Amino acid sequence: MAVATDASRFHAVPMAPPDPILGVSEAFRADTSDLKLNLGVGAYRTEDLQPYVLNVVKKAEKLMLEKGENKEYLPIEGLAAFNKATAELLLGADNPVIKEGRIATVQGLSGTGSLRLAAAFIQRYLPGVKVLISSPTWGNHKNILNDAGVPWSEYRYFDPKTVGLDFDGMLADMKDAPNGSIILLHGCAHNPTGIDPTTEQWDIIADVIQEKEHIAFFDVAYQGFASGSLDEDANSVRRFAARGMELFVAQSYSKNLGLYAERIGATNVITTSPELALRIKSQLKRLARPMYSNPPVHGARIVANVVGDPALFDEWRAEMQLMAGRIKQVRQKLYDELVAKDKSGKDWSFILKQIGMFSFTGLSQSQSENMTNKWHVYMTKDGRISLAGLSSAKCGYLADAIIDSYYNVQ
Amino acid sequence: MLGREDEASYLNLVDLRNKLDEASGYLLAPRDPILGVTTAYLADTHPSKINVGVGAYRNDEGKPVVLECVREAEKWIGGRELMEYLPMGGSARFCELAVGLAYGEDTQVLKDKRVASIQALSGTGVVRLFAEFMKRFQPEAEAYLPLPTWSNHHNVFRDANVNQHTYRYYLASTRGLDFEGLKEDLKSAPNRSVILLHACAHNPTGVDPTPEQWKELSKLFKEKEHFPLFDMAYQGFASGDTQRDNQAIRIFLEDGHQLACAQSFAKSMGLYGQRIGCISIVCAEATEAATVKSQLEYIARPMYSSPPVHGSLLVTSILTDSDLKQLWFKEVKEMADRIIGMRVALRKNLEELGSKHSWEHITQQIGMFCYKTVNGGGAQEHMEGVARSSVALDVGAVRDSYGYLTESAWCY
Repeated sequence: MAVATDASRFHAVPMAPPDPILGVSEAFRADTSDLKLNLGVGAYRTEDLQPYVLNVVKKAEKLMLEKGENKEYLPIEGLAAFNKATAELLLGADNPVIKEGRIATVQGLSGTGSLRLAAAFIQRYLPGVKVLISSPTWGNHKNILNDAGVPWSEYRYFDPKTVGLDFDGMLADMKDAPNGSIILLHGCAHNPTGIDPTTEQWDIIADVIQEKEHIAFFDVAYQGFASGSLDEDANSVRRFAARGMELFVAQSYSKNLGLYAERIGATNVITTSPELALRIKSQLKRLARPMYSNPPVHGARIVANVVGDPALFDEWRAEMQLMAGRIKQVRQKLYDELVAKDKSGKDWSFILKQIGMFSFTGLSQSQSENMTNKWHVYMTKDGRISLAGLSSAKCGYLADAIIDSYYNVQ
Repeated sequence: MLGREDEASYLNLVDLRNKLDEASGYLLAPRDPILGVTTAYLADTHPSKINVGVGAYRNDEGKPVVLECVREAEKWIGGRELMEYLPMGGSARFCELAVGLAYGEDTQVLKDKRVASIQALSGTGVVRLFAEFMKRFQPEAEAYLPLPTWSNHHNVFRDANVNQHTYRYYLASTRGLDFEGLKEDLKSAPNRSVILLHACAHNPTGVDPTPEQWKELSKLFKEKEHFPLFDMAYQGFASGDTQRDNQAIRIFLEDGHQLACAQSFAKSMGLYGQRIGCISIVCAEATEAATVKSQLEYIARPMYSSPPVHGSLLVTSILTDSDLKQLWFKEVKEMADRIIGMRVALRKNLEELGSKHSWEHITQQIGMFCYKTVNGGGAQEHMEGVARSSVALDVGAVRDSYGYLTESAWCY
């Protein structure tokens, strides 16, 4: 028997807003045009615009099938081999932080889950402390902080005039914040802008953070994917750690190992003593247990197998360089097309200066909508395009779309 | 005997632990009462050690089991081309199959498309989503959990900031169901409360209501307009028959209740580490189901964005292929039968040892756990791995060690 609608317990539940990023892919799928281009979500595509499963992942999975491992619960903190590997990838195996045991690492549900676990920890043990997030930042950061009950505010980051970093604004906002705040930073390949501080700028940021007794919270979703080098991309985190700073670091293997759907990442807390690291780890576990009990095993095993085998590890490095290389190529091609087609002399070089999967085009919301409605180019409304979803072949088309939207739409 | 007076102290203990933590900064958190046991067991070097703590199935050699149907499914999906993000709600196909299994494939609510469902992180993740949903959209409602229940249930509702209470469930004198106490407590709870029910193979007691009792409860729920949240972690695993283990849910559906079901495939398909589960909520009609689903996804997105794919592929492969599905039915029945056989053997051993105590409960209880066979304090010394918070005995213990187990059990 059906339930009368107004007698339903849920009749007052409103429809949730569509996710601005994941919703783009859904809209793209619904579009029947041949010209359509999905530059929405940050998932890597080959030149043929196909999803890419890394060869090392296929090999690792084959190994795993042969080993025929069981499917038992992982401990709450996840797979030990993975936790060891991920901390070493982040900091370098010889890093004193690791040698001294001053790091608490807990496997997490990719970037989101790792951020959420850290946020839950912050809510419980640093109650009332505010997290400062960049303006703009990945859309889900504020949702994570909101749902975790952590207050947040923004620091200036993107300068639309230069389509570059508003460094002075960033520093001023960090200095203005109450001492002991938490600063959420992107380790490399800032999402959505693609604009990263230089090494010199990182050092100044670290200086300010130390002066203000803030805690740096790094979101590292693109290690290896930005420059092509795992070590280079971890530079910011390592420089901060070398100063003896306490840090939160959330890692994800979605992009760099293409393990998007396996949800594999880690929450790391770097602290002042191994004993404190142990206590912090125990509390992270206590937060994870009522959220999902223990993390999924498959992705963790893949990472551990790839990193644990020197040949596979080398092959992984090569594949990452390939992926990062293709993105750099596509950036160059897009830039060349824009310069060739746009006779106004506008400076499009920001496309080359930005790094990682994304480019912040500087297009407004209505201009971005034009990209979609007229040109079937799917992107987020903040003007972000994912170069991972662009092929060399489509650069000309995209350049036309951008030029049209930029000049003809207010 | 665990009565109402114990409810307060039981919950206070959990609460006190938290307050202590808050007062002292980052205290070393207590070991999880269930998962911590396995950690200790693994570290123990004693040759006769037995792990009867965590609810994970073992074969006769005490080894973890990966089902044949799962190995087959693994081969199919291994090296597949697509590892892209699942949608926030996970695999729709998986949900369709899961809910069909839970509710019965012909059930009217499915035909009417009024079930909101999303894939989530096994039993824990699913219950957590529901608790968060409840907090957001039924903020006045409070949750009632059976006393006792799986210890993590309390953590989940606490971390979701949902007020929780317990209702009487287990009767120590009979080692069975305290049906009168249960009914009284649900009657005195405010109308429209959310009541957590274990669909089958109650964890940790192994004590389930009979179908007649379920029918009576269904009527009571109607009178009180209570909302049933069924936690079903053992479908197929309890009696060996998936469509018998979901009886309680089918009874409530027939009576027209709006209900929710938290499903896990950890035990019934041996997919513990995959974290594969499904939350389903019966709504008034299809539009409402879409709305409720959108809100569940909205809660999931800032928690983990989208669920892990591997488990959903395995379950979908198994449930869509008729051979694999039959194989699974056969294997889950074998596991259930083995556990039932263990119960018979354990009881027989204890009785043959000349014990004057009644060991009836061992065969009357159902599922993985056997309750109150030994008392907490003494058992700890002699039986490695008995969960501290409840005295639950995982009857999937090693047959060879049975002599050891039953002698220890008998002493207490």
